[in-house]
Amino acid sequence: MQAVRTLSLDQAAPAAPGLARLVAAAEVGDPPPGDDIPLYAPRRKIYPQSVHGTFRNIKWAVLLVTLAIYYLLPFVRWDRGPNAPHQAVLIDFPSSRFYFFFIEIWPQEVYYLTGLLIVASIVLFLMNAIAGRVWCGYLCPQTVWTDLFFAIERLVEGDRRDHMHRDGRKWTAETYARKGVKHFLWLMVAWWTGGAWVLYFADAPTLVKELATLQAPFIAYAFIGILTFTTYTLAGHMREQVCLYMCPWPRIQAALTDEYALNVTYRYDRGEPRGSVTRANELRAQGKPAGDCVNCKQCVRVCPTGVDIREGSSLGCIQCGLCIDACDAMMSKLGRAAGLIAYDTDINIKRRMEGTQPFVKLVRLRTVLYAAVIAIAGGIMIFTLATRDSEGISVIHDRNPMFVRLSDGSVRNGYTVRIVNKHLKKREFALGFNGLPATLIDFVGLPPREDGELWIDVDPDQTRELRVVVTDYGLPPPASTRIVFRLTDVATGEQAEARDHFFGP
Amino acid sequence: MAEILKEQEHNDIDPLTGTATTGHDWDGIHELNTPLPRWWLWTFYACIVWAIGYWVVYPAWPLLTNSTQGVFGWHTRSAVVTDLDELKLVRGPMMDKLTDASVADIVKDPKLTDFARALGRTAFADNCAPCHGAGGGGAKGYPNLNDDDWLWGGKLASIEQTVRHGARSGDKDDHEGNMPAFGREGMLKPNQISATADFVRSLSGLAVEKGADLALGKQVFADNCAVCHGPEGKGNREVGAPNLTDKIWLYGPEKETIMQGIQNGRGGTMPAWQGRLGEPVLKALVVYVYSFGGGEK
Repeated sequence: MQAVRTLSLDQAAPAAPGLARLVAAAEVGDPPPGDDIPLYAPRRKIYPQSVHGTFRNIKWAVLLVTLAIYYLLPFVRWDRGPNAPHQAVLIDFPSSRFYFFFIEIWPQEVYYLTGLLIVASIVLFLMNAIAGRVWCGYLCPQTVWTDLFFAIERLVEGDRRDHMHRDGRKWTAETYARKGVKHFLWLMVAWWTGGAWVLYFADAPTLVKELATLQAPFIAYAFIGILTFTTYTLAGHMREQVCLYMCPWPRIQAALTDEYALNVTYRYDRGEPRGSVTRANELRAQGKPAGDCVNCKQCVRVCPTGVDIREGSSLGCIQCGLCIDACDAMMSKLGRAAGLIAYDTDINIKRRMEGTQPFVKLVRLRTVLYAAVIAIAGGIMIFTLATRDSEGISVIHDRNPMFVRLSDGSVRNGYTVRIVNKHLKKREFALGFNGLPATLIDFVGLPPREDGELWIDVDPDQTRELRVVVTDYGLPPPASTRIVFRLTDVATGEQAEARDHFFGP
Repeated sequence: MAEILKEQEHNDIDPLTGTATTGHDWDGIHELNTPLPRWWLWTFYACIVWAIGYWVVYPAWPLLTNSTQGVFGWHTRSAVVTDLDELKLVRGPMMDKLTDASVADIVKDPKLTDFARALGRTAFADNCAPCHGAGGGGAKGYPNLNDDDWLWGGKLASIEQTVRHGARSGDKDDHEGNMPAFGREGMLKPNQISATADFVRSLSGLAVEKGADLALGKQVFADNCAVCHGPEGKGNREVGAPNLTDKIWLYGPEKETIMQGIQNGRGGTMPAWQGRLGEPVLKALVVYVYSFGGGEK
């Protein structure tokens, strides 16, 4: 094996067979002799080869779309009128609001986020039950950014062969120059990744201007720094190590997949026994069985995590489908049918070996249940979001004193009332009171209006807290009476209610 | 020990997974050796080094009389002081407004009123709640600040006067006026006291004992009490004499309680807060107490 100088944190050390099988089975060394137990495994640098084909094109498309969304979304404008920001997607921490196009979420509505997370996780389950680790292979940010960083690496340092040769030779000025350019480009991408991140938390065009003129708040620069560091480290250096050692999802997905789920599969029924083209021809001439796999190892060389798909599905396989493209290209050169590696199931392999018809069963109890949960949870969220009130009232009764005896013997209770106005315009509300026959409601600290109405105006998209005292002039009320505060929008008649109690001696 | 060493001599390869075992054997179960990546080890070492950094820059090691101070000079106490300074800076403009405005101006400005009430709430809890209760509900001898009955007046200016200078506090502008100890000082006899107590109860429509000499009580009241409490017992805020005809009793409506008052006198004190509290806090307290609901127009 050639000595490989790497950029990783490790130095060359004896390989551990277990891990090596997982990470780079094709390039592993011999296990250490005797009882020298290796407790720490060195990293094998992976040089994935470029590949062309259907799945590569899908990955390019996904990469372009997802990155375009991430980098450009903060600049999308959305007109909300004069009383709210004009950014389509904005997490506004100072005003504690989250804006997403036509939706505005208040902090107390964070359960929509919970619902979204539930739906997202079940969607992940469903993807897994239908076609394995679709998330890992195409959509995961780690995959997308690593793919982008691989592309930059190939652009600067060349494809697998060139890159490995240059790394293995004595490093020349050119090697250093190429590596310098690569790291510079990586850092630029990472820096812009961090830059886009902070734009979701403030008005993007303004913040870009402030960042450029060094007038942005320190926290913005700090987060750009953090995101630059993590992107550069995770996508540039850690790569497949994130999937193998840091991410819990490969472990979880092992429990979620089943025998009917389509997974990137080496069809060993067709591929084995593997061997060179000559050897296969010889066997066939003798009338003996020969597989289609010519052991060219293209599937291993293009793999971004360095696994050998021919050993079956494994923790390290993110199911990106690149080995399918590599194998199909080889098969077409050899004049054999494509699909030696394909999305398939173990059941189908066994059925083909038994001579029965393979099948794909996407509608199963599992997928139906997942789809149902998604539909129900999503439906509830859309329904509540569409029918949620744009006004609200909450009431806290005074704790001390519970009631006040006035000089004429009548009883008064004090309440703190908070009125919510979720409309983006100023609204006027009337506050009514139900439950006691002879009461007077009084607002403390509310200046009287010119027209004499006891209406409470609440600023656009704001709440207003009021102290309200309710005096009962009737017979002494029982120790506790259930009462209702009713809030009415003077203009539209929309109502909100809050229940509480009126206490007496 | 020897046994363990013996076990470790044979590091088998597990046939099913192809992974090396640690050689440990528990009733036929072998522990697979799945090595950690080496970068993980280096990250672990880096964390240890980072932790040592904490010892250097922050207060860490206990010494005989003190502890190491750390090169950052950070201290929990100074951190609090910094936070408070920042808070003062944030509140500065509103505090200045409070200082400059009169209480009458404050209640005309809703924003300033909200600020004053928020500030007043904490100041009340710190300074007033021990006597008047957390919500100003009062206690025996300590007036309820929520109701519409005021010893020294419930208008903004009156409340401000009381908060600033107190009652019977010794301040030169405080409220003066005591209920004399009519019994102890020998001014009234026990039968007169009892009759007066019955008469006072009758003023607010409370039941009186059978055979009570209300005529004597009325006479004693007119001779001794009316000078402060008024001929009809409506009280006098100039001297802090309570209205005896309403349903609110500072010490209680029971006959014994009233007799105790006549016998030994009354005269609860309230400290003068001017000089003890800052100008904005004083005004905030006035607005807060006024907004309990009993404030008079």
